[in-house]
Amino acid sequence: MDTSDQIIQDITTQEYEYGFVTDIEMDMAPVGLNEDTVKFISEKKNEPEWMLKWRMKGYDSFLRQEMPTWQNFTLPPMDFQSISYYAAPKNKQKYESLDEVDPELLATFAKLGIPLNEQKVLAGVAVDYVFDSISVATTYKEKLNELGIIFCSFGEAVQEHPELVKKYLGTVVPHSDNIFASLNTAVFSDGSFVYIPKGVRCPMELSTYFRINAENTGQFERTLIIADEGSYVSYLEGCTAPMRDENQLHAAVVELIALEGAEIKYSTVQNWYPGDKEGRGGIYNFVTKRGVCRGANSKISWTQVETGSSITWKYPSVILQGDNSTGEFYSIAVTKNRQVADTGTKMFHIGKNTKSRIISKGISAGRSNNSYRGLVQVGPKADNARNFTQCDSLLLGAECSANTFPYIETRNNTAMVEHEATTSKIGEDQIFYLNQRGIDSEKAVALIVNGYVKEVLNQLPMEFAVEAQKLLSITLEGSVG
Amino acid sequence: MLTIKNLNARVEDKQILKGINLTVNAGEVHAIMGPNGSGKSSLASVLAGRENYEVLEGEVDLDGKDLLDMSPEDRAREGLFMAFQYPIEIPGVSNINFLRTALNEIRAYRKLPALDAKQFLRMSKERQKLVEFDAKLVNRSLNEGFSGGEKKRNEIFQLAMLEPKISILDETDSGLDIDALRIVSNGVNKLRSKDNAFVLITHYQRLLEYIVPDFVHVLYDGRIIKSGTKELALELEERGYDWLKETLQEETV
Repeated sequence: MDTSDQIIQDITTQEYEYGFVTDIEMDMAPVGLNEDTVKFISEKKNEPEWMLKWRMKGYDSFLRQEMPTWQNFTLPPMDFQSISYYAAPKNKQKYESLDEVDPELLATFAKLGIPLNEQKVLAGVAVDYVFDSISVATTYKEKLNELGIIFCSFGEAVQEHPELVKKYLGTVVPHSDNIFASLNTAVFSDGSFVYIPKGVRCPMELSTYFRINAENTGQFERTLIIADEGSYVSYLEGCTAPMRDENQLHAAVVELIALEGAEIKYSTVQNWYPGDKEGRGGIYNFVTKRGVCRGANSKISWTQVETGSSITWKYPSVILQGDNSTGEFYSIAVTKNRQVADTGTKMFHIGKNTKSRIISKGISAGRSNNSYRGLVQVGPKADNARNFTQCDSLLLGAECSANTFPYIETRNNTAMVEHEATTSKIGEDQIFYLNQRGIDSEKAVALIVNGYVKEVLNQLPMEFAVEAQKLLSITLEGSVG
Repeated sequence: MLTIKNLNARVEDKQILKGINLTVNAGEVHAIMGPNGSGKSSLASVLAGRENYEVLEGEVDLDGKDLLDMSPEDRAREGLFMAFQYPIEIPGVSNINFLRTALNEIRAYRKLPALDAKQFLRMSKERQKLVEFDAKLVNRSLNEGFSGGEKKRNEIFQLAMLEPKISILDETDSGLDIDALRIVSNGVNKLRSKDNAFVLITHYQRLLEYIVPDFVHVLYDGRIIKSGTKELALELEERGYDWLKETLQEETV
């Protein structure tokens, strides 16, 4: 094999660098799923009756639904009865300062290069860590409090702000939306809640790190973000997970609600364990993310960098209900070895003069399978709706595949929908050109990939962009980066 | 500086270099001419280390080091530069960031400290001026959407920035209009010094009116069949390559 192929092969078959298990005592639910499991979780969370009822609706919907069949990969068998649906670190308590946090937990974050300390605070980031399912440290709360911003764990929101939760929960992703969303509704353990009051511009990036840790525990997060009239918030979600042997299901639900004139920017960096070179043991990431631009002139923007998981099944969407509202989707999806990504977005144009923009950059390597799936739907009343879609695929090596499934449905003659797609390979010519200027092949691939994804990386907040770039380097480039 | 001895190479099953001998000293400019398919560009590719070329026999020495034993990037770091006949486009990678990465990689190899942003930009501005390179192109994606002439001029700008010992210009004159040819040639002339050397690969004598070579070699069927001074180029322009082919056949008979 020639050298540049060899290097592409080496770096694209590299194993996950973040595999380690933190040894912290866990409080587990009994294995299996039935009504008692749902009650157990609701009880553990000390939830009011209406929450339990809603969970039960989710459970009923879950029982009635079939697994999806339209995706571009074979769904592995999932035994929902062999999963434990609740795990929380034991001895949970409120920490006054970081000194009180379990040192092993801090060491884990340090290994991940996530500083749980002044660095983030100085950088203006309030961090609500979710370690497995329960948040263990919250910073900067007071500053947010002054502005009336609520940023807390979902569990806390149910206790402290039940009226807001009751009003908005399940209004974007109904309990019966799809089998994974229904499962989440029934058994979700925790997550994040954000409320930005009218006219308030959230002064810092809100950020949560998710991390799956307990052996054999499905992770079911629930995030609900409400931006009231004229407000603005930028939310960051980043994840890595330790190495393990058995497949783990992750079925999160994220709901965003933007009222009149509000803007929500939601950014994700996802780096869960992708499995070994043969694809064994990776995370199954089946996520339902959806936002609604409920009011006029509102805006929702999704940005995602997806490098992990053995299967990613994820379509962050925007319902453009308010007139003149805007939806955006910027995505980088990297797959290598045996990874599968079937990801994209849905833009529902309902209001007049609604605009959407989709930029998707897929990178496939190894023997992976990377699909973009998108729907642009223009309703009969959505006069002058505009969409621009660009989806590009980059192939590294000869054994991977990239697919594009764009669906366009318009029921309005004034709509303008544009779709552009390209597929390219990193050429030996490109690598040789950079070699000839003194740049080795690993750096050359990193340069080319970074150039390719730049348009999406530019959408991320600065410090997150740096992290994402580092992650891409680690994913595709070996030790360099 | 560069000594090529009995260089034989092939691409796939086809032998394209059949015993090349050439010595290039510091301060010299050599022109290599020859008809299509004679092996001119292949010689450049073999020297730069393009991977589908297999060396069968021979030695290449660059200032006492075995060039053929090195990876393409190490050849570049040792001071070998090739101006591409068809410069490659790399979308999203800015020209200036690419050059800074390249320059600092080369400096690191030579155990020199990396240039900081300020030093680098000062150098870049100075060299842009020297080779008349359009400042607008500096911040654009590497060669993306550049015209043919702009790409060739970018090669010369890179050459000016990376300061190689020996530069091989692979048909840099092809596809250039007369103004671009003048600018490219002026750039090369300004960069010529007693410490570096150039090998110009070209079809046409025209380039050699602007960059006057010390030696001219004619490559035919993988061999250098005639060497001379700049007058040889004029003779070729007048008489074509056929008379040389004929002499060659007479010799081999």
